[in-house]
Amino acid sequence: MSSIGTGYDLSASQFSPDGRVFQVEYAQKAVDNSSTAIAVKGKDGVVIGVEKLVMSKLHESTSNRRILNIDRHIGMTMAGLLADARQIASTAKEECSSYRSLFGGPIPLKYLTDRVSMFMHAYTLYSVYRPFGCSIILGSYEADGPYLYMVEPSGVSWGYHACAIGKARLAAKTELEKLKPQELTCQELVKEVANILHIVHDEVKDKEFVLEMSWVGEVTGGKHEFVPEEMVADAERQVKAAMEESSGSEDEEDL
Amino acid sequence: MSMSQCWCVGLVGSYGSLARFRSISRLLRVNDETVIAASGDYADFQFVKELIEQKVLDDELLVDSHSYSPSSVFSWLTRVLYYRRTRMNPLWNTYLVAGVHEGESFLGQVDLLGVAYESPTLATGYGAYMAQPLLRDAYEKNPAMSGDEAKTLLESCLRVLFYRDARSLNKFEIATVTPDGVTIDQPRAVETSWDIGKMVKGYD
Repeated sequence: MSSIGTGYDLSASQFSPDGRVFQVEYAQKAVDNSSTAIAVKGKDGVVIGVEKLVMSKLHESTSNRRILNIDRHIGMTMAGLLADARQIASTAKEECSSYRSLFGGPIPLKYLTDRVSMFMHAYTLYSVYRPFGCSIILGSYEADGPYLYMVEPSGVSWGYHACAIGKARLAAKTELEKLKPQELTCQELVKEVANILHIVHDEVKDKEFVLEMSWVGEVTGGKHEFVPEEMVADAERQVKAAMEESSGSEDEEDL
Repeated sequence: MSMSQCWCVGLVGSYGSLARFRSISRLLRVNDETVIAASGDYADFQFVKELIEQKVLDDELLVDSHSYSPSSVFSWLTRVLYYRRTRMNPLWNTYLVAGVHEGESFLGQVDLLGVAYESPTLATGYGAYMAQPLLRDAYEKNPAMSGDEAKTLLESCLRVLFYRDARSLNKFEIATVTPDGVTIDQPRAVETSWDIGKMVKGYD
């Protein structure tokens, strides 16, 4: 499946003969090699979950958050080059702040997503820049309900009921498609998201991971917050118990 | 050991000598530890209010259990006011900043010139002339007064101010900051008695 873009992949300002911009595709590879992040939009909120791989026992587990607050009602997570994503978060925060100053209220996620998309897209137009090597997931809860969007390195964005990015996104998408998220509450989704991240985590290739989860919805009064630790721990316990029951003869799967 | 700060502001927004807005608030709860009150140009206060609220929000979004202490807010406000003064484009206000941080209470005043100082008792406008002596006297006699005693004291000062300042209203609100947080009481009115008017020749 790997295609070599020899000669046409040196800068984002070049097309290949078959109409591809290789730099943008390479940026997507950075996202695909990163650890998994998923988000689901339920009937009364959005839940975001991230598989944070523990790179070193010396790392303090609560530092280096993968889920960020962009505004009171908007949460963001990412996959790919995390430093690139933090730059996008910084820009997104400024957009929220300037919207609030100009229009006297919190920015609707639709508008913020448009602006983030345009921002990321701008870096795919010039040879002097490289595209952002990350995909961004944005979730919010507004007066008219929950919203969930994902922006790719190309600047393309879609609204989602549920989305997954990172190395296990294909397996995660399969699991997500089994759900009917519009019928589930945030509390139920927390369990589902924890479950899916544990299922798709590759025990062989990757070390242990820490589950970082956040939510925004009715349950939090519209404020984006981290899911309380006990709730996450609880969900993980239930998941592990269920996995032990069902693992009998099954061994690890190949990916 | 609980320390608390108590203070009050009148509820009026005047347009010269016209008492144009008679129930607007001049208090801003910055966070659980700090309250500021403003006198002077109301539009400038609204501008500063928005700046501070965005600043506090940006800080909260980082989820690092850091929040601005009253003295930090005071320092920031002083810098902003002095900066504007040096550009000959002042924010025409006098601010009182008060709060409690790690058990220590804080009370400071900074004005449109950027003059800033702290004191156990403070008052702006006519209060600097009429209320401050009363406050200082009471404080010297009883430096460890309770929150309720302070509220009574403030109310009596407001009463004096309402009697004597021809451009004041008797409606006010009081904010209290303790280690447990900020409370802003419901607006109230001072009770006054104009009975002595009968002793003034030509009063009625």
